[in-house]
Amino acid sequence: MDPVSFLTEPMTFTFMQRGLIASVIVGIVCAVMGTFVVLKGLAFIGDAVSHATFPGLVVAYLLGLPLYVGGAVAAVATALAIGVVSRRARLRFDTSVGVLFAGTFAVGVLLFSTIKNYVADLLGYLLGNVLGIGLGDLVQLAILGIAVLAIVLTIRKELLFATFDPLGAAASGLPVAALEYLLLALLGVTIVVSIQAVGIIMVVAMLVTPSATAQLLVVRFGQMIAIAAVIAAVSAVVGLYLSFYLNLASGASIVLVETLVFLVALLLGPRTGLWSRLSRTAPAG
Amino acid sequence: MTTDELGAVLPGQRVAERAGVATDLRTASPPSVVVDRVSAGYGNRPALVDVSLSIQAGSLLAVIGPNGAGKSTLLKLIAGLIRPWSGTLTVLGGQPGSGARRIAYVPQAEVVDWEFPVTVGEVVMMGRYGRIGLGRSPRRDDAERVAAALATVGMGDASNRQIGALSGGQRRRVFLARAIAAEPELYLLDEPVTGVDARTQEDLMDVLEAEARAGKTVVATTHDLICAAQRFHEAAFLNGRLVAHGSADLVLDQDLLAATYGGHVLVLPGDGGRVVLDDAHHHDEAAGQRHFHDETR
Repeated sequence: MDPVSFLTEPMTFTFMQRGLIASVIVGIVCAVMGTFVVLKGLAFIGDAVSHATFPGLVVAYLLGLPLYVGGAVAAVATALAIGVVSRRARLRFDTSVGVLFAGTFAVGVLLFSTIKNYVADLLGYLLGNVLGIGLGDLVQLAILGIAVLAIVLTIRKELLFATFDPLGAAASGLPVAALEYLLLALLGVTIVVSIQAVGIIMVVAMLVTPSATAQLLVVRFGQMIAIAAVIAAVSAVVGLYLSFYLNLASGASIVLVETLVFLVALLLGPRTGLWSRLSRTAPAG
Repeated sequence: MTTDELGAVLPGQRVAERAGVATDLRTASPPSVVVDRVSAGYGNRPALVDVSLSIQAGSLLAVIGPNGAGKSTLLKLIAGLIRPWSGTLTVLGGQPGSGARRIAYVPQAEVVDWEFPVTVGEVVMMGRYGRIGLGRSPRRDDAERVAAALATVGMGDASNRQIGALSGGQRRRVFLARAIAAEPELYLLDEPVTGVDARTQEDLMDVLEAEARAGKTVVATTHDLICAAQRFHEAAFLNGRLVAHGSADLVLDQDLLAATYGGHVLVLPGDGGRVVLDDAHHHDEAAGQRHFHDETR
């Protein structure tokens, strides 16, 4: 097969066109939000919120509501609940998150077990299937994703200050608590948007891996966001083509490409690269 | 200080009154900060009890006291970061937090994540955010202020360096530059000279002294009693309560220190002066040394 048709042939399929658009949007939104997730140490929260969408999806299914709505309500509510609990309760942050995390997912599994017939839709949300996305869902995903991006990029310097030095930011008049809740709510929306592509279990990788990779490569916040977005977009395309030609699960392919890029950066990166460290410490003779 | 003078300045209440008179004579303008019978704390644990204190504009005030004395709590109260349990604060004529753009607060070094991917220039620009406004980008004027502030603290060529690549002293310089870039009327600095070398301490104190002379109010916590005595104009002694507030000369008053630090401070006779040994605290442990100051007045 010649290189041109290697690239163009998958795009003759509608499901690949939609899948590609959805994956790239999800990748970029996750990468931008993920920059704050990584810098604020919210990875575990991302995982908790994504698992918490499951009961929301099941409840929406049982009530005959759009699954998206159920997932979004559960995700945003959990994200904000974590924010409140961590500010009020005198528990370690990861402890309160762990309690909410397992508890909400158990509710989802319990409700799921009451459904008599097989529900492919709901199982699809666990592992994600971006190639099965419908036009309506794609439009929804694009609108929500672009809205999240627009909000985050508009207030990125305030989010940066509040993340880097919450006390200094609050003293300078920034509404640090409100910004934190907004960030958590946006994280909830991001996760719901992303679940369709990569599933509940792997969303956290989409959030964390590209920004973690970028942090290995650059020292500026703006560069970190940009590099993470590029890594995510490229990984989405490469992962989807791999999925097409090798007949692999789409979400897992994207996540694995991102993970490979991370490993390469870890080994060869200019800042923390093991390779440069080894060559520096190696004896000269 | 002679024994007679010691008798005259103790107990602490009388010190505060005496200093208050002196301060009123120096300037007639309204005070920058008025703390009126304030108590505050965290959870159920009180950190400050019934503290009253008036800080004049143009003051260069050192807040001293042992660990857990409420020094950082006092700064946070003035900055509006925490609310008092009781009592009232007036800051720059309003409620704490209401004049946030006229205040620059610099936290202790250890609450900052130094691996964070920001450059020196980006950190100092944060001081401008309050003026730039939500959703807007910095303008040329902001960039000039940032460059000027960095030059003031002797870090003019470091704008593009990542903060993690800086030494402890350079980091304190950068955070002071961020405060300067905000063009505040009131500086609230939590241990600005902790863990820095002598040269950096002198430089930073020169900058703060110039700001105070220009009419800005500077309030800084410190564990460095010699620095407090020699470079600040006033000192407030905290020990959960306000032990005393007056001229910085009082910092070397043995009985006042004993009242503030309990048994944890030693003022020893030494060659050519006295040696003041502050309570060992966690910052010092991180640096692998205790505060050991040679007084050479």
